Amino acid sequence: MNPKLITWKYASPPYFYPLAGKMIPWFALLAVLLGIAGLWVSFFVAPTDAQQGEGYRIIFVHVGASWMSMFLYLVMAFWAGIGLSFNTKLSSMMASAVAPTGAMFAFLSLWTGALWGKPMWGTWWVWDARLTSELILLFLYLGFIALQAAIDEPRRADKAGAIIALVGVVNVPIIYFSVKWWNTLHQGASVSLTQAPSMAKTMLLGMLLMALSFWMYSIAMVLTRVRAIMLERERHSDWVANLKEVRS
Amino acid sequence: MNRTGSIRTLGAFGVLAAVVRRDLLLALRRKSEVFTTLFFFVIVVSLFPLGIGPELGLLRKIAPGVLWVAALLATMLSLNRMFAADYADGTLEQMVLSPTPLGLMVAGKILAHWLVSGLPLVLIAPILGLQFDLAPRALVVLVISLLLGTPLLSMIGAIGAALTLGVRGGGVLVSLLTLPLYIPALIFGAGAVEADISGLGAGGHLSLLAALFALAVFFAPWATTAALKIALE
Repeated sequence: MNPKLITWKYASPPYFYPLAGKMIPWFALLAVLLGIAGLWVSFFVAPTDAQQGEGYRIIFVHVGASWMSMFLYLVMAFWAGIGLSFNTKLSSMMASAVAPTGAMFAFLSLWTGALWGKPMWGTWWVWDARLTSELILLFLYLGFIALQAAIDEPRRADKAGAIIALVGVVNVPIIYFSVKWWNTLHQGASVSLTQAPSMAKTMLLGMLLMALSFWMYSIAMVLTRVRAIMLERERHSDWVANLKEVRS
Repeated sequence: MNRTGSIRTLGAFGVLAAVVRRDLLLALRRKSEVFTTLFFFVIVVSLFPLGIGPELGLLRKIAPGVLWVAALLATMLSLNRMFAADYADGTLEQMVLSPTPLGLMVAGKILAHWLVSGLPLVLIAPILGLQFDLAPRALVVLVISLLLGTPLLSMIGAIGAALTLGVRGGGVLVSLLTLPLYIPALIFGAGAVEADISGLGAGGHLSLLAALFALAVFFAPWATTAALKIALE
């Protein structure tokens, strides 16, 4: 067998569609199992924080969501860049499929950040460097989604989206550091998590389990969404017409 | 474009100058558009004291941010004009097809856009700053920061303008795309004036603004060119 054929075969929608369909249940199962384990550790095993009491437990969701929102932006820009440079349809579809999940995690991160901020800082919102850059990240996701939604022609939408994703990825570090300097110069919120005493091991374990669960959830969601995008875009092709679920 | 010829006969600066001259001439024939941006800037800045109250201490404190945010919005409003007319009458297509590097012509268009809608803001800003009781030194810093910052806004905005060419609801969309990218310019631009007022010295902020400027000079025409080619495919 020619190894090259095996590797690149799945870059084509007719082959990737069934493969994604087979992968989704496994990643969904992993997400549920890791989620149950993570929630169990974070609610029953992790000790109560000496300074922050029980309220701190929201960070088990918050930290994972923030990590995923940032990571997914990189994943999105990566697929968008591949799609733009190699002109591969599936890569661009992946980028479009990643964006809503990333935006959801950015929103979740802001939401849980506000819930955490109320008992800790006494207000729902603090113009803290991380919260602010997370908000801007959400704006970047929304810009990408809105641009793609506004362009009717799928291939142009892919490419225009790729450019804004790549411009965004260049700008994310610049935005992050400018917001950080802005924050330190203005000396708004002085509470910082980085100075927090070293975490209990079980807390870290809970956080990692939750982050892994979110990761698996993202993969399952993105694959589900990319399958839908494939069906929508290739609805006039033979392979879609011959699918079992389409014929019946 | 036949009068301007190709890069061989004109040279890089000749092409740049030809594009700038053409766009400036077009802008001069429709002066109202230039003044609309300028008046928008003036009106938005004047609204803040009305909304917040005439207390000078407070106004002095918010002046850098207000002027900068107003400059951001004014630039953004004028972005649609950068390519839209050329796109509608086919000039842009000829530019893409011509042997002259598109990046060079795009740079010329960005420069012309700044001369028409950025430079007037820089020139009028000190007068508006006086309304907010800024000290003369702070006014100088404000002008320098806007002088560095408004071309940066034109360059970043060009990418958004090119991406939304001929797209439904392009005007609103361009703001959603470019405003988040304007944030570093806003932080360092307004920060420079604030740092000067508080006695910290504006040097650091202005250097960072200049660094962003240099980065944008390199990347923005390139990204805009790619976006234009996609829009015209």
